[in-house]
Amino acid sequence: MLQVEKISTFYGNIQALKEISFSVEEGEIVTLIGANGAGKTTTLLTISGLLKPAAGQISFRDKKVDGFPPHEIVKLGISHVPEGRRIFPRLTLLENLEMGAFTRRDKTGLQDDLKYVFDTFPQLKGREKQVAGTLSGGEQQMLAMGRALMSRPKLLLLDEPSMGLAPMVVQGIFRIIEDINRQGTTILLVEQNAQLALKVARRGYVLETGSITLHDKASSLLKNDGVRKTYLGE
Amino acid sequence: MFSAYYLQIIILVGINIIMATSLNLITGFTGQLSIGHAAFMSIGAYAAALATLKLGLPFFGSLFFGALLAAFFGVLIGVPTLKLKGDYLAIATLGFGEIVRIVFLNLKITGGAVGLRGVPKNTTILWVIVAAILTIFVLNRILKSRVGRALVAVREDETAAESMGINTTYYKILAFGVGAFFAGLGGGLFSHYFQYIHPNSFGFLRSIEHLCMVVLGGLGNIWGSIIGAAALTAIPEFLRASADYRQLFYGAILVLMMRIRPEGIISGKKSRKIPPGKTSAWRGKNKFLKATR
Repeated sequence: MLQVEKISTFYGNIQALKEISFSVEEGEIVTLIGANGAGKTTTLLTISGLLKPAAGQISFRDKKVDGFPPHEIVKLGISHVPEGRRIFPRLTLLENLEMGAFTRRDKTGLQDDLKYVFDTFPQLKGREKQVAGTLSGGEQQMLAMGRALMSRPKLLLLDEPSMGLAPMVVQGIFRIIEDINRQGTTILLVEQNAQLALKVARRGYVLETGSITLHDKASSLLKNDGVRKTYLGE
Repeated sequence: MFSAYYLQIIILVGINIIMATSLNLITGFTGQLSIGHAAFMSIGAYAAALATLKLGLPFFGSLFFGALLAAFFGVLIGVPTLKLKGDYLAIATLGFGEIVRIVFLNLKITGGAVGLRGVPKNTTILWVIVAAILTIFVLNRILKSRVGRALVAVREDETAAESMGINTTYYKILAFGVGAFFAGLGGGLFSHYFQYIHPNSFGFLRSIEHLCMVVLGGLGNIWGSIIGAAALTAIPEFLRASADYRQLFYGAILVLMMRIRPEGIISGKKSRKIPPGKTSAWRGKNKFLKATR
């Protein structure tokens, strides 16, 4: 579904991604794990068009998408939940969700999408008029994911959904991630919490200072000695 | 009905309402700090005046021509300044304003430093009221639509807006274009009322005046801008009695206002649909938001 081939991305003179290649197949959850500064977020930003790769190619459903502006990429069916959630804090919950459906123009579709989001995140139901900035961290994360789902993406990019959340809340979020995937959305998950990420994912890639150093089935990565030492704290 | 003096104040209030609401679209709703709004006004003022004088267009045609030309320059300034944010954009728009002023000061067709005189007095109180209502109506329609939501999203978080599928480039240029269009309309009314225009009538201070009206009224609220424009046009007139201390009072009012109600007379958030009884909680939460931001 998504093919990333030898992508290099720079911040000024600093090369953040060094010719990384990976792929995501339809229906999968794939995770990118790695330490701070390994280039996980950069990878997602490059896929969603917020950063332009200096070299390499990205194709989505056999269509070349690198170099496209972000709003075009959303229309193709890739939705990005950015790191730190980036909800619109001064808008209401409902307005936030409506923004997510910006690329759609039909009213009835909007109602269906809202129903889908509220079914997926029952905790958000009945709080449509609440100002989003007053939601708890976990709820904001749900809102950010719900907002991204409003465009009915085929591929959902999740950047650190566990960031800054209590362990209990994180468990809940990850259950929902699996739910979303079961209902047919392919997911590319970036996480520092490697343990959790590898438990829900089918395959995993390990990213170290801009290069992919390891790729395997998630269950095998969980047993891999190097991964256990470096990322699982054992 | 009114004495000529009051009539003039009312006409000025009307023109300033057009200026403030259109600037609010750019600065209050889309979040693009612009301190060159008077430049668009001057383009409209000169273009409309010259259309009447040289092309012999009817008044309505001149006004439309001036507004259109201002909108064109609004788009033109919008394109190169897109990547600029906050202070940098403010400096760029300030520079643009000065460039326009100096161009008018040196062009022959605009009368240069002498200014342009002999513009027929076509602007009546009715024209101003109709134009102001039209401006408010159109801006309100835009802001309540999908476009309005996109503009607010750009203000709130440009990156997030972009990843929602909003073409932020397009909407920023749109805001500049529409804002400049109405500023040009205000300019046309201005030149056809005072009959004489000079490049210095549209300097930096005029742009600041427009910005003050928007900030005083409340960023991101059209009704606030109307009150702000009316107040800042009328107050200096009422302070005329205190002669020398006038500017002092004017400044003091602004400082006090910013101290007591920094969000403006009507804050943008307050005008939103809030369930009855929730108002106080809402205000409290706003304070919390401000503190944590």
